[in-house]
Formats: sequence, structure tokens, C-alpha cells
Amino acid sequence: MNLLIRGVRPYGDGDPVDVSVVDGVIAGIGAGLDAGDGEVLDGDGAVLLPGFVDLHTHLREPGREDTETIATGSAAAALGGFTAVFAMANTAPVADNAVVVEHVTRRGREVGLVDVHPVGAVTVGLAGERLAELGTMAAAGVRMFSDDGHCVADPLLMRRALEYATALDVVIAQHAEEPRLTVGAQAHEGEAAARLGLGGWPSSAEEAIVARDCLLARQAGARLHICHVSTEGTAELLRWARARGTRVSSEVTPHHLLLDDSRLATFDPVNKVNPPLRAATDAAALRRALADGVIDCVATDHAPHAAQDKDCEWAAARPGMLGLQTALSVVVETMVRPGLLTWRDVARVMSERPAEIAGLPDQGRPLDVGEPANLVLVDTDAEWTVRGAELASIAANTPYEGMTLPGRVLATVLRGRCTARDGRVAEPTGVFG
Amino acid sequence: MKHLLTAAELDADTATAVLDTADRLKAALLGREVRKLPTLRGRTVVTMFYENSTRTRVSFEIAGKWMSADVVNVSASGSSVGKGESLRDTALTLAAAGADCVVVRHPASGAAHRLAGWLGADPYGTNTSVVNAGDGMHEHPTQALLDAATLRERLGSLRDRRIGIVGDVLHSRVARSNVALLSTLGAEVVLVAPPTLLPVGVTGWPVTVSHELDAELPALDAVMTLRVQAERMHGLFFPSVREYSIAYGLNQARLGLLPEHAVVLHPGPMLRGMEIAAAVADSPRAAISDQVANGVHVRMAVLYHLLAHREDA
Repeated sequence: MNLLIRGVRPYGDGDPVDVSVVDGVIAGIGAGLDAGDGEVLDGDGAVLLPGFVDLHTHLREPGREDTETIATGSAAAALGGFTAVFAMANTAPVADNAVVVEHVTRRGREVGLVDVHPVGAVTVGLAGERLAELGTMAAAGVRMFSDDGHCVADPLLMRRALEYATALDVVIAQHAEEPRLTVGAQAHEGEAAARLGLGGWPSSAEEAIVARDCLLARQAGARLHICHVSTEGTAELLRWARARGTRVSSEVTPHHLLLDDSRLATFDPVNKVNPPLRAATDAAALRRALADGVIDCVATDHAPHAAQDKDCEWAAARPGMLGLQTALSVVVETMVRPGLLTWRDVARVMSERPAEIAGLPDQGRPLDVGEPANLVLVDTDAEWTVRGAELASIAANTPYEGMTLPGRVLATVLRGRCTARDGRVAEPTGVFG
Repeated sequence: MKHLLTAAELDADTATAVLDTADRLKAALLGREVRKLPTLRGRTVVTMFYENSTRTRVSFEIAGKWMSADVVNVSASGSSVGKGESLRDTALTLAAAGADCVVVRHPASGAAHRLAGWLGADPYGTNTSVVNAGDGMHEHPTQALLDAATLRERLGSLRDRRIGIVGDVLHSRVARSNVALLSTLGAEVVLVAPPTLLPVGVTGWPVTVSHELDAELPALDAVMTLRVQAERMHGLFFPSVREYSIAYGLNQARLGLLPEHAVVLHPGPMLRGMEIAAAVADSPRAAISDQVANGVHVRMAVLYHLLAHREDA
């Protein structure tokens, strides 16, 4: 199967070139390449980047197929420019055993729109009491473990998980939230929460766990990943930990880059997320930390929720927001347009670093001949208005409803096959196993 | 005024107009044998209480009845709410059944805002007014209005008056509404509480913060003590009831530190011996029963401003 991509600028640099793909591999890069009998993608000067890798999604299958399935989540991912996503373990049943993770992997392959990598739970049932069978799940292909949604709060359990993981060469991803400090927490502990009478989620509840886990990871020689960094203080701690040689990586969500707690005044739970939208000063610090490389990458924390779980009072609403189809545009709005990141940097934070962190050999690769053709074409001039009902997810809980955002995915290519093009996804492959 | 959701949204003119109406209604009813005005005849007011309440609920019910509105009370237990119906569905049901006004108390902050939003987007609900009768830790605007009415009665104008609010500010919707309304009306507000019972973000409020009750009392024109639930002790907010009471309880000795003219308020329900001594609560300086009486007139005024001048009346 051959594909010719005409008129694209790799990493946004230089004059447009053509890229030919043969059997899923980049076969040539240059001017005036011959299409032969293959499919042609007209880039029209679009930026060409390696396909995006999302370390943090909730695809809700199994358990909440009324809000998202691996099929609809994969479609959202392909439309968002992603060629690999990690599906968090907080499904029902929990992905704390090989059977569930193998199911997720298989469903992802059947759909075939994006590589779906299951994240295994660190503890049985996400209960934070005893270790799940990390080795068995690693043997089934799991590269990353997380109790995301819950913090592995017990320091001894976290120490053991980090130590145990070193033998498997896997990464433990922590949802940093000291549970005793967030009892009754509903919003960032600051002036907005004080005025609105919402229980405070203090920055220190995240930072205390990040500091502790950096110490534990350093002692164990383990790899630690911090999910959804949300505070300025966490960025400072990561800078400190990196400087002393701790093997810690981290991600920031698009919504924590763009939004802040000033949005809470309407009490609309579409803005409810965990960790919460922070102060504007935190968002600014996170943008700087991502630009500086203190925070490695962008991850969406894509979290579909049913209408009835959002169309209710704030305290009763479930936390989380859609993110796969808006991630690129929010990064363009917050990072590229203000000059904090170049397109070369976008490739780093949305593709190369996440692929490295998770140990994916065929993702986040250079745009060179002989490399796997996992690619995304970005129209940098386009603007679009977000409509939750028009997104590919079953749920529609986007906080960007009605916002006009810059940058649009023209096409996504997974191993030489167009998975999304002009806002439409390819048919499922029907490939089994 | 379409809804009354917060005291913070009231400007000085609107708040003063409501308080003036309350004064007029009070005067109109004074000495009447039959306390009934025809103003809201044909109007239906539904009270929807998701938390236990005596004074607020009774006060709204009496206010509606004295204005000749039809008042229907819905409680969370013994209704479809108990069967798991969502707040949204309950609200839309009440609107479709013909409620002109829904008075809601709910344990979740922002519940009244959400209700107003849902009703505004529903064909049956577009003309339904929402009155917030207390939402979580957020606001209780009619309480602030009745406190302001009581203070006006005792002190005249509120301008440049210094009002102390003492106790569990963190969890108190009464405190939030009073901070907003009293400052809008020109008063200076002093919050007196241990640091654990003040919200971290209090720095953004138009108030002075103190941890020394005795130092503040001599300069106050009024002191409002908030209920402090003993259970808060288990949340580690203070060491013991005894220590709280020693530091922040309004006792007889502290009453002596207040200026002669100063007024003592309490939104109720009181925990005598905890935040207020029985002798203080029962002293002539205390305006606690006046607060309850004014509560009815203020709520009549609120219903009047929301419902009396509808085009479809």
C-alpha cells in the first residue's frame, strides 16, 4: 500500500516537500515525487509532524460504553492527530489483570484507528492496598502502570511499586493527590473557591506527593511519571528533582495550560476536573515549564462523562473533560502562537517525549527515510469553533464549547494508512489479533 | 429582579429597595387583625428543601401566605427526590406543574445557579423565579437581607458601621452573604475566627481578618456569632469545644466589652454555651428574635420584587 503526501513542511521548516510512503515506512522525501498508483494526500503547505502520542486517556471501555468506547475514543484520537494513546486502568472491571489489558489491546487493534496501549493498575482494584500483578501485565505488553483517578497514597506501597517496576523496565505514573488533604475538595483552594463556597483542593496536596515520590524514585532508581501537573510548585519540585538526577518525567494537560479557576463562577461542572483548574498564575507557570522542558509532554486526560453526570449540581458532578480532538489547538493557542514553542518543539512534547517515556519504539520517530510513517498534517492557519455534539466521542463534555481555536488536523497517518482525513475517520480495519 | 441567587449580585440600590419594601410591609401589617395582603394572589411558590430547616422554611411559607400566594412545600424525603430523581428533573417538574417561584435550599454550593440555568432553558421554566434559600457553603442571601434589616432598625444606616462576624466562616453561607451585602451597603466587616475556620482565599474579600475577639469588640457596632458545629472538632479545625468557647465564645464578660449601642446577632440555630452564652442570647442587646420576625418581612419583600410586577400578572 503506497501513499504520497504532497506539499508538506516537516516540523514547519523550509519549503514544502513531498513524502512518499511504501509499506508503512517513509520511502522518500523530496520535491516532485511520483505518486505511482497509490493514494495521494495534498498537504497544501501543511506542517508535517510525527503522529501524536497521548500518555493519558480514559476510553471508558469496558464499563461505561454509554460515554465512550474504544471505537469512538480511537476515532477522536485519530481526528486529533494521535497515532498512539494510553488508556487508563480505571475501567469497570479495573485493568488490574492480564485479561482486561489484553481485551483493551485487542479491541484497539480491531478498530485500528490508533495504537491503543492499556495502562495497568498499580494496585488491585485501584484500592491502594496491595500490588496488582505488574509482571503478568508487563508480559502482556503493558508499559505503564497507574492508579490514575486515585493516588497511590501509602508511601510504603508506592516505594514497593517503584522498586518492583525497575525489574520490569516499566514506568509508574502517579496521580499526585494526598487524600487526607483533599477530603471534600471541589475546586482549587484559592480566592474563587473561597468566594463560591467550594471545598478547597490545595496545591500542597499535589506537591507533597510529588516531592515524596521523587525521593522514593531516586532511592529505588526507578522511573516515575507525574500525571497532569497542575501547580507552579510542582514544576519547581520537578526542576529540583531533575537537577539531582531523579528519573522523573511529567505531563501537563491542555486544559491546565489554557483554563483557570476564574471559569468556576457559573458553577457549570463542565469545568470540574481533577486536579482542578488552578489559578491563572499556575497556568502561566505550567506554560513556562513546558517550554523549558521541565514538564516533558502534553497529555490530554481525555475523560468522557455522560450528560447526567455533568448536568447536575457541582458537588454531584464527575470530574473530567474531553481532550483528544482539542489538544493540538489548545497547544497552538497557548504555546505556539505566543512563541513559547516552535513546531519542532510541538513534535517533542506531543510525540517524541511521550513515546520515549512509554518506551514505544515505532512512535515519535524522526521524519526520515526508513522510519515508520506515523504522521500528522497540521493546517496552521485554520481556525475552528468547538461544538461538543460534533466531536467523535459519545460524550460531549468539552469545556471549549463555542470557543474558536487555531490549528486543525488535516490528516493522520498510522503506518502508512490514513486514519483521519478532512475531519473524517477511516473505516475500522477489521484486523484481529 | 428575575432571581435572587446571591447577595453578591445585589447592588446598593436594589438591596436598599428590597429593605425599604420590607419596612413598608412590616408597617402595613402592624396591628392588623388579619395579616393578609392580596398582592400575590394567584401566584404559586414552591419551597424545595434538600436540608433540614425550621426557621428559613417556615419564614418563606409564612411570607408567601401573608402575601396570598399559594405555597407548596416539597421536602427531599417523601418525594421523588428520595427515589433518586435529579435536581434538574425535579426543578423542571415543578416548573411544568406551574410554579412561579422555586425557593431552594440544597447542600451543594451553586445549586440555585444551576436551577436558574435549567429553568431558563426550558419552555415551562422561563418565567419561574429562583430564590436561593441556602446553597452549600456558598450563599444565603435572604439571611443577609434580614440581618441588614435588623441592623438598620437598631443602628439606622449601615454606612461606616463596623460589623464583626465571629466563628466558622469557612463553612458558612451566612458569612459569605453578609460579607457581600454589608460591604455593598457601606459597612466595614471584621471576620474573627481561628485561621482553620477561615477560607484560604479570604485574602480576596473586602474584610479585615482578626484572631483576637477581645481586641475587636470595643470598636464594633454589631457582632454576629455563627454556629460552630461541635463535629468540626473531629475535622481538626480546633482542639476542643472548651478552647473554642474560651477564645471565640460570646459570653457575659465579652458583652461588657461591646459599646452600649452594639447589637448581637445570631442566624440560628444557636448552640448555647458553645459560640454564645445563654445570658447573652437572652439579653436585650441580642436581636435574635427580631431577626426571625424581620425574616418574614424581608422574604415577603423578595417575593414581591420577583413576582408582583410580572407582565402576565
